[in-house]
Amino acid sequence: MLRVSSNPVLDTVVKLATTAVAMFAFVFVVMVPLYDVLCDALGINGKTSGEAYTAVQAGVDESRSITIQFVATNNEGMPWEFGPSVTRMVVHPGASNDTVFHARNPLPRPMVAQAIPSISPSRAAAYFHKTECFCFNQQPLDAETATEMPLQFIVDRDLPADIRTITLSYTIFDVTDMVGGAVAAR
Amino acid sequence: MGAHHHGPAKGLSRWLFTTNHKDIGTMYLWFSFAMFILGGSFAMIIRAELFQPGMQLVDPAFFNQMTTLHGLVMVFGAIMPSFVGLANWMIPMMIGAPDMALPRMNNWSFWILPPAFLILASTLFMEGGAPAFGWTFYAPLSTTYAPPSVTYFIFSIHVLGLSSIMGSINIIATVMNMRAPGMTYMKMPLFVWTWLITAFLLVAVMPVLAGAVTMMLMDVHFGTSFFSAAGGGDPVLFQHIFWFFGHPEVYIIILPAFGVVSQIIPTFARKPLFGYDSMVYATASIAFLSFVVWAHHMYTVGMPVAGELFFMYATMLIAVPTGVKVFNWVTTMWRGAMTFETPMLFCMGFLVLFTIGGFTGLMLSIAPADFQYHDSYFVVAHFHYVMVAGAVFSMSAAIYYWLPKWCGRMYNEAMGKTHFWISFIGFNIAFFPQHFVGLAGMPRRIPDYALQFADFNMLSSIGAFIYGASQILFLYNVIATIVAGKPTSDEKTWDGAEGLEWTVATPAPYHTFETPPRVK
Repeated sequence: MLRVSSNPVLDTVVKLATTAVAMFAFVFVVMVPLYDVLCDALGINGKTSGEAYTAVQAGVDESRSITIQFVATNNEGMPWEFGPSVTRMVVHPGASNDTVFHARNPLPRPMVAQAIPSISPSRAAAYFHKTECFCFNQQPLDAETATEMPLQFIVDRDLPADIRTITLSYTIFDVTDMVGGAVAAR
Repeated sequence: MGAHHHGPAKGLSRWLFTTNHKDIGTMYLWFSFAMFILGGSFAMIIRAELFQPGMQLVDPAFFNQMTTLHGLVMVFGAIMPSFVGLANWMIPMMIGAPDMALPRMNNWSFWILPPAFLILASTLFMEGGAPAFGWTFYAPLSTTYAPPSVTYFIFSIHVLGLSSIMGSINIIATVMNMRAPGMTYMKMPLFVWTWLITAFLLVAVMPVLAGAVTMMLMDVHFGTSFFSAAGGGDPVLFQHIFWFFGHPEVYIIILPAFGVVSQIIPTFARKPLFGYDSMVYATASIAFLSFVVWAHHMYTVGMPVAGELFFMYATMLIAVPTGVKVFNWVTTMWRGAMTFETPMLFCMGFLVLFTIGGFTGLMLSIAPADFQYHDSYFVVAHFHYVMVAGAVFSMSAAIYYWLPKWCGRMYNEAMGKTHFWISFIGFNIAFFPQHFVGLAGMPRRIPDYALQFADFNMLSSIGAFIYGASQILFLYNVIATIVAGKPTSDEKTWDGAEGLEWTVATPAPYHTFETPPRVK
């Protein structure tokens, strides 16, 4: 056993105090990143990848039809008008699909929003690839203006056979205060 | 014992500057009792509001502050410090040490505690009120939607966490280095064993709690987004971190209670503890398992099925070492020459009621069933059976058991037994009906409820008032004993008692074991 001091009490104290400090650090440098890594790797938590997917040519599986439902929610206190242009689409695995979400900032000041996606059932998250999504970036919008925000996605051909409907939900958050005035004015 | 050693200093400075383990133990015990009364009065407000359906006495915001502070004060202010106080008093006397290993730090770990709770209690008078997000302070309730006083709450958690860590380091350093010659690990009294393991749990998880509140602080004030989805964080992460601390925490509360019961039952059964070795290993197993079961508190957050199954089976596994303990206590009593003095009554009450609480815990561990029980009064009933009838009953037993040794005066046995029976009956009237209202769908942490729960809630409130009143009798009995109890100088207060603490004079002198005893 490692001895850090010839005084046995001091030895115990130093080891224990180090353990306590290490456990405090453990929360920040292990637990938080590990949580994200696990959620990503296992595709749990309904989180889709935060980065654009590079499409691979695998052909379209026309024998299957998957219903995609779009849901939009405003986080509390978020005044934007925000919603999908169509609420449901029927797609084939392997095919690239496009849709848009519309957003309008009704306030007389510029704002920045961040949309957070969630997939249900969460098992489908690993098979839902976005080649382009407004959720990859923060969305600035000038006072009293509207915009169309594009979404392009591919449902993976390996989607488990029992999944026939996927719900993609976006919650839009007001992050104007977080990013500061600089981005908002852009 | 040398005849020339000096006694305590006089006046207030004795208490402020003392490094004596008995003085510090006494202060911890009185402080925790004061917190017990404070947390208890919050509970009385809760039960008074719930006496009848509809809004009766307090507004919902204040009700939420009461449930929050009741939990925080009872867990961190009453139960934990009371067992630290007991550890301070008893561990040196049980292992034949003259004092704790780090007396100066011992003084500090006590004296930073009252300011921490003063800060927490002062939030009641702040604008926006005290924390109202429940003792589990889930984000975003405790971040985005928190009252401004949350910063004071975070600071008080930091301070009391520091106090706990210092106290545990002291206990480990004492047990590992200060045992009398011949006192091997496997000869240590079980109270010392359970506290040693508890102290390791505390060193491991109190920093995790400190980490969680630090992240909250940063989210609230410094623009980070650990728990905010908008900035890439996740509120569910908070629950994982909190319960990674929180589940070991419940064993931090109950393991010293197991130790107390393991000391008292053999005394009044007049038989050595059955299965000493298995008790030690069971305690260690429970402590180990406590690190891999945390998510059973969050079955409903939407975990994958594999996760639910893992946490379900791991949780059920804890019933095995716990069962070993319960059977060992029962077997210790089997064919013993039993008598039923107050400490023994409390231990037997503990045994029955804690087992009930353990079984409801098993019910809650079943993931599919938990979707119904989750956040209902069934959970409230469960954890009060293990916290109150577990920790608080065993603490009452410990006070009655060692009080004559501490102050050289005998408590009033009739009053002690009356305290037990009123507590036992009051407790069960208060909490047994909560199982049923919970199963019938009454959610926890609400100031008003559906009419069909009215009768059982009234019953529950009456029981809570009875239980609360019985603690006043307890306080009176303890003070009356200290002031005017029948003097006793028997080294062994109880004829069946074993252990080094019963070899010193009664009342225990200010300094004991200045020359270490020899343990055969």
